[in-house]
Amino acid sequence: MDEGLKSELRKQGVFLTSFEELYNWGRKNSIWPLGFGLACCAIEMIATSMARWDLARFGAEVFRPSPRQADLMIVAGTVTKKMAPQVVRLYNQMPEPKYVIAMGACAISGGPFKQGYNVLKGIDRYIPVDVHIPGCPPRPEALLHAFMTLQRKIDEQPLSGAARPRHLVAGAPSEFPVPEFGEHDLEPASNPAVWQPPAPARA
Amino acid sequence: MMQPTDNPYLLIIILLVGAVAFAVTPLALAWLWAKKFSPRKPGRDKNAIYECGLESKGDAWVQFKAEYYLYAIIFLIFDVETIFLLPFAAAFNGLGAGAFVAMVVFLLLLAEGLAWAWQKGVLTWR
Repeated sequence: MDEGLKSELRKQGVFLTSFEELYNWGRKNSIWPLGFGLACCAIEMIATSMARWDLARFGAEVFRPSPRQADLMIVAGTVTKKMAPQVVRLYNQMPEPKYVIAMGACAISGGPFKQGYNVLKGIDRYIPVDVHIPGCPPRPEALLHAFMTLQRKIDEQPLSGAARPRHLVAGAPSEFPVPEFGEHDLEPASNPAVWQPPAPARA
Repeated sequence: MMQPTDNPYLLIIILLVGAVAFAVTPLALAWLWAKKFSPRKPGRDKNAIYECGLESKGDAWVQFKAEYYLYAIIFLIFDVETIFLLPFAAAFNGLGAGAFVAMVVFLLLLAEGLAWAWQKGVLTWR
């Protein structure tokens, strides 16, 4: 259906939609996050879900205690190397389609603890992150903004074609390899299928 | 033509079919949708029993020693002793000789029980 014609009809009070639009509309307004906090950012996440910032306005107040019922993982806080395998395993246990918000400087890059021997320098080394939020910790408004960004992303997700989500690709694996807690570092140190950093520019 | 009121059970059957369809249709639609748009992709982690992120290991059929119940019984000696010692200590200044002797007999009885258990070797953990 032509987009221009659709909006023209909408102006006349005729509402047309497709299954895809309806599906995405339902999905983006009922994102259930996993009740899962790793460090101080989790306090901001909890504040976001309470009365003052009220995440319930976006249909996301139902923090699920089980990954099998959750759509969204908010990686809120420092991911230590000891914790990283558990995070990836929980992500694997979530049903598709699933999304990840990396909240705070630690979750996106290691943050102030980047030089630490036991801190993972960003969870995007192992699982695909949809929205990154900088901040230490980000304010609840920032999490709400990330949430709205994710909603927009879900709204635009097609069910068919080359841009369809991973779980609809027949050959794509459903799980991401869980790193082992090795002698000196996590093994492997990153998942190359997910993490392809640009080469550092050297002068 | 047959009216619905001719057979009173006809209405009940219509309502029954409506009620069942009302419950089953959304479930069937969800099932069909899931068949097409969320194909099953089981895996090792997805099929794992626990949802805490840790892998389960070891055997669930672990046996615990039941001997600690003896310790629990001997603990009662001190438990009861404390309950009676507290009012005894609080009222100590105003007590007569008879009450004092009675209390000492009580304490000795309990101490004897402990000594008996000790001598029987109950306090040694095997």
